[in-house]
Amino acid sequence: MRYIRPLSMEDAVGQLAGSSGTSAILAGGSDLLVRMKGGFIEPDLIVDIKAIDGLSEIRETPEGFSIGAAVPCAVLGESAALKKAWPGVVEAAKLIGSKQVQGRCTITGNLCNASPAADSVPALVAAGARAVVVGPAGRRTIPVQSVPTGPGKTSLAKGEIIEAILLDKRAPRSGDAYLRFIPRTEMDIAVVSAGVNLTLDEHGVVKSARVALGAVAATVLLVEEAAQVLIGSKLDEATLERLAKVCAGACRPIDDKRGTIEFRRKVAGVLAKRVATTAYARAGGK
Amino acid sequence: MNFDPRFSGRKFTSVGTRPIRPDGVDKVTGRARYGADFNMAGQLVGRVLRSPHAHARIVKIDTSKAEKLAGVKAVITAADLPDLTNGDAAMYDVLDNCMARTKALYDGHAVAAVAAVDARTARQALKLIEVEYELLPHVTDVDEAAKHSAPLINDAIFTEGLEEKPVKPSNVTKRSQFGHGDVHQGFGHADFIVERSFKTEQTHQGYIEPHACVANFSSDGTADLWVCTQGHFVYRQHCAQLLGMEASKLRVTSSEIGGGFGGKTHVWAEPVALALSRKAGRPVKLVMTRDEVFRASGPTSATSIDVKIGARKDGTITAAEATLRYSCGPYAGSWAEIGAMTAFACYKLDNVKTVGYEVLVNRPKTAAYRAPSAPMAAFAVESAVDELAKMIGMDPVDFRIRNAAQEGTRSSYGPVYGPIGIGPTLEAVKSHPHMKAPLGKNQGRGMACGFWFNFGGQTCTDLNIGMDGSVSLAVGTVDVGGSRASLSLVAAEELGIAYEQVKAIVADTSSLGYNDMTDGSRGTFSSSMATISAARNAIKILRERAAQMWDIAVDDVVWEKGHAIAKGEKHGNLGKLSLKEIAVESGKTGGPIAGHSELVADGAGVSFATHICDIEVDPETGATRVLRYTVVQDAGKAVHPTYVEGQYQGGAAQGIGWALNEEYIYGKDGRLQNPGFLDYRIPVCSDLPMIDTQILEIPNPNHPYGVRGVGETSIVPPLAAIANAVSNAAGVRMTHIPMSPPRILAAIEAEREWSK
Repeated sequence: MRYIRPLSMEDAVGQLAGSSGTSAILAGGSDLLVRMKGGFIEPDLIVDIKAIDGLSEIRETPEGFSIGAAVPCAVLGESAALKKAWPGVVEAAKLIGSKQVQGRCTITGNLCNASPAADSVPALVAAGARAVVVGPAGRRTIPVQSVPTGPGKTSLAKGEIIEAILLDKRAPRSGDAYLRFIPRTEMDIAVVSAGVNLTLDEHGVVKSARVALGAVAATVLLVEEAAQVLIGSKLDEATLERLAKVCAGACRPIDDKRGTIEFRRKVAGVLAKRVATTAYARAGGK
Repeated sequence: MNFDPRFSGRKFTSVGTRPIRPDGVDKVTGRARYGADFNMAGQLVGRVLRSPHAHARIVKIDTSKAEKLAGVKAVITAADLPDLTNGDAAMYDVLDNCMARTKALYDGHAVAAVAAVDARTARQALKLIEVEYELLPHVTDVDEAAKHSAPLINDAIFTEGLEEKPVKPSNVTKRSQFGHGDVHQGFGHADFIVERSFKTEQTHQGYIEPHACVANFSSDGTADLWVCTQGHFVYRQHCAQLLGMEASKLRVTSSEIGGGFGGKTHVWAEPVALALSRKAGRPVKLVMTRDEVFRASGPTSATSIDVKIGARKDGTITAAEATLRYSCGPYAGSWAEIGAMTAFACYKLDNVKTVGYEVLVNRPKTAAYRAPSAPMAAFAVESAVDELAKMIGMDPVDFRIRNAAQEGTRSSYGPVYGPIGIGPTLEAVKSHPHMKAPLGKNQGRGMACGFWFNFGGQTCTDLNIGMDGSVSLAVGTVDVGGSRASLSLVAAEELGIAYEQVKAIVADTSSLGYNDMTDGSRGTFSSSMATISAARNAIKILRERAAQMWDIAVDDVVWEKGHAIAKGEKHGNLGKLSLKEIAVESGKTGGPIAGHSELVADGAGVSFATHICDIEVDPETGATRVLRYTVVQDAGKAVHPTYVEGQYQGGAAQGIGWALNEEYIYGKDGRLQNPGFLDYRIPVCSDLPMIDTQILEIPNPNHPYGVRGVGETSIVPPLAAIANAVSNAAGVRMTHIPMSPPRILAAIEAEREWSK
């Protein structure tokens, strides 16, 4: 096993692209090291990206925020501007693992680990976040939901690294929120999760919406039909019931050790209602 | 030895205080040495290859490739642990469980092991061992396994305890029955009858420290073993028997222990580590991974229990009956039998009958877990008792008080009770402010009682008095829950000196005589008795030495508050001599001063508890939150009240996990789906409220200080108390443990459908 700590994206990409055998990218390591210790993987090359210039920073740009791939989730919680603009994304990132894990883990790692139950991903998808991908063929920006393609699988090609996650500048009267269901209070993995992102018009009517569900399909689901239910409403009781029904119907869950199909469908609807209500209040809706 | 163990009603100076534990600083600073913290020069890393199949015949094991790998020093299979059990069926099962012989009987069953120079080489070597399996049909569910159509796990087993000897083999290894009176007649006198079936899933003790040991087999045939265990003397006997050694040639030293709860009363890795060391000629360290701990060690039984209880309108129970099926793993056990004994032990019953069935399944060998078998039986019985009270229209506490066992009651499992604490715990609960606290929306309160036998057993203790007047106490009982602190208090009490003057250690198997392990809540009960006895023997010598120093008759010397005092008018001008003053002179008065004790601590005295629990249920998701929890339990006498409270809280915390989320989940392939703490959900700190405790002290007449065991009873009532609380909060009777959110939500939905 070879461990390297490149100082530039070019070097990191080159090393990855030129490697034969298995390789892994190390940022927080909260997934990678656990899997290595468990004996599930033994990569031939580990590329630690923490020393690469700019990757450990959150930058505010005219377009919004650029969150470097090596920024730990705990740091997201320390950014007042980010918390104010995207409270749902930050609360999702701050649910991963435990306090100790949050000191290491990153939202980029969470995305690339490609677990359908990843906490930050539904919030990022609802937020319309984009990923900046750097590889041997250059730089491209893609929607985050196109990164995971199935449990443990991503669309990234050999040598490609996500450099940063981009979040837009906020329109007025906007709010987002994230909720997950776990049987415990913390240190657990989502059985079902939901992220909602809303913008209201000046009368408090939902103008645009994005609804994402986690742990109910092979990848996080962006439920367009659920967004349509919310748009044009003030989240009255009937709208919320319709939202729950649409979300439950959109799920393609499995029975497993963490929950049943029935349970996941019902709770997806319940969480969607609750999380939409929170997002609506954060957007200033009454 | 003429030691009088009877309760004396003395007033205490040290006992009942709460000093800091002697092992505390090392534990909180990380200096304490647990099983995996022992190391030896030249030690090898041992690792075990485990069956991925639930049930398979082992056709062939080829270890040749692994043996050729550089750095591998030994590879063993069952052939290296030949059967030396000489017809001892229980030990043969232990041997087969340590290393599968002809069949792998569960996912995780050990089939081979290696010792190599490092962990990586050992891991690689495991991959090079080729095992040819012939897959057999498997069964993991207790009810399925009990059916005639189930795959047979051991075709040499015929159900014991039936009136007629069966002609066909069965997965049901034994039937046992307890009770008295005539239940049929009793039910005839009942105005109300509750009849229900319950299930509980399998749980693990969940100790944070995995099994770990270092074995060092010398070429002269002697061996050393450092290990985390609840009983190093028992480990010595078992390992010596399995390896064909004389017990005296194996010296076992127990490490600090990061939780055992019954799970460290059985050998798993230790005989394997010794066999590897014997073959490699070097020390071998073997530490289980968490995955191995779940798949191959522990767990408790999964159960299926039918209960029927009848009562008159006035609240008197007329008859009680239960049929209990407990899984044993693939080897015969007596788990249902214990469940059948404890099920109705809290009550005074004229007509009672319990029947237990031991059931083999393709799961790990069932091990003891804190009051083994009692929590599941209590869950079924106390749920039915609650429902019956409701049916009659009586308060659940009053209903239980009316039927509670008392001194003189013939217990449901046979013996007649002496003074017991079930009535007092119920009275304490009735007047506890918790019972009157208001409840909010979607919140429910439940309460339940629990019983455990407790045990005493063989105990050996040395008390040595140093020349500086300090006292060292060497005990053979492993300190699992703070017993070194408690025993130091007892020694200080008896000798009349300060707690700080006493230092207690757990001695190895070559330093003391045989000592039973820390199980059956026996640690403080039995070892405090032996400590009192040893201290009294030392006092006798202290008096003799004082008499010598004064040159008076020993009968004129009494021991009071840590001093020898010359009694009688003719000695009026002699000042008293402290323990230290006598110790300083001991070299001139006959040499070192010590007291020894070896005894069988009889009369442990049964133990009872009653718990109260408030739960909030989210009716939309089935999520639960424990809002408040209160434990009331009889301790006889709390030697160190903080650790007694710790035992009460610990049992309740484990019970809460068991009741709400913990369970072994098997796939259709018979493989364990959740061998880790992520998906085997023990509670985290924030899942639990502060657990309130109330210690009752109803002295045990068979102990000088009135002490009873306290370690286990606290896990008996929680499953039932929480089930009663959830049932009250959700408005539907919960009959399947754990009450995980999917199960609660499904029950609520079914109830909604039904009431439409």
